[in-house]
Amino acid sequence: MPVDSFTYLPRSFHAEYDSVLDPPTEPVWAPLDTPITDATIALLTSAGLYLADTHEPFDLERERRDPHWGDPTYRVIPKTARAGDLAAAHLHINTRDLVDDPDVALPLATFAELERDGVIGAVADHHYSFMGYQDRALHEWRTTYAPEVVQHLREDHADAVVLAPA
Amino acid sequence: MPVLARLIEGAGIPTVTVTMMPDVADRFLLSRIVGVQFPFGHPFGVPGDRAMQRQVAEAAVDLLAGATEPGTRRDLDIEWPVDRKTAYRDWQPAEPSPIVQVFLDRLAASRRPTS
Repeated sequence: MPVDSFTYLPRSFHAEYDSVLDPPTEPVWAPLDTPITDATIALLTSAGLYLADTHEPFDLERERRDPHWGDPTYRVIPKTARAGDLAAAHLHINTRDLVDDPDVALPLATFAELERDGVIGAVADHHYSFMGYQDRALHEWRTTYAPEVVQHLREDHADAVVLAPA
Repeated sequence: MPVLARLIEGAGIPTVTVTMMPDVADRFLLSRIVGVQFPFGHPFGVPGDRAMQRQVAEAAVDLLAGATEPGTRRDLDIEWPVDRKTAYRDWQPAEPSPIVQVFLDRLAASRRPTS
């Protein structure tokens, strides 16, 4: 059965999404050239997760002052991070479950199991966390942060990325 | 987020997007899409339910391994184990986000009687 994308949104958001989306006209496609059982997989989420002890949280105070702005930066999460290492900064979702079990959005433990069981080749050494509420132009994502993440992915020899919008 | 997927895929790195809003992913012509009918903040499922999370993760991995053309979408038939009304309430923050508050204030102003 097809997923209803608006199950958990107010009905008024239908029109909101229709009015703000500016979709492209051409698809993008990169084939996976490596057998999945040899592939190194990286994860990326927009759940606002960060390392509680070492990272700066995403800038929620500025968003409170300027509701049309969202922190465009990202945090690099090591593959060893688990519940207890991670906190979440995101004003648009309840972060309780994310902090209790970050695998709901950044499934590092789950993918470690897939590596152990030979389903994938390896979990990449590093993973990426953004905060998903952004202004429409996404200028800094396009010009700065996405290219940086691509560079990190190449340095980590990641063969593919699993993205999970929160 | 679909823009990030396109930028990474456009740089030559294959992606799969696990999303509560597969219709939006479709509109952005993403390459590989796993749709889940879960409350926001939970693309891989229920906290602590490693079996459910693995089921979603394996669906993503299967698409990476098997999709042969852009726009390949698989919606998962997994029911959220909490009634819709409760789940609808629980995913939302305790206070409206700043932008939602702006909309609420605007709505309230538009409904205020004018003299």
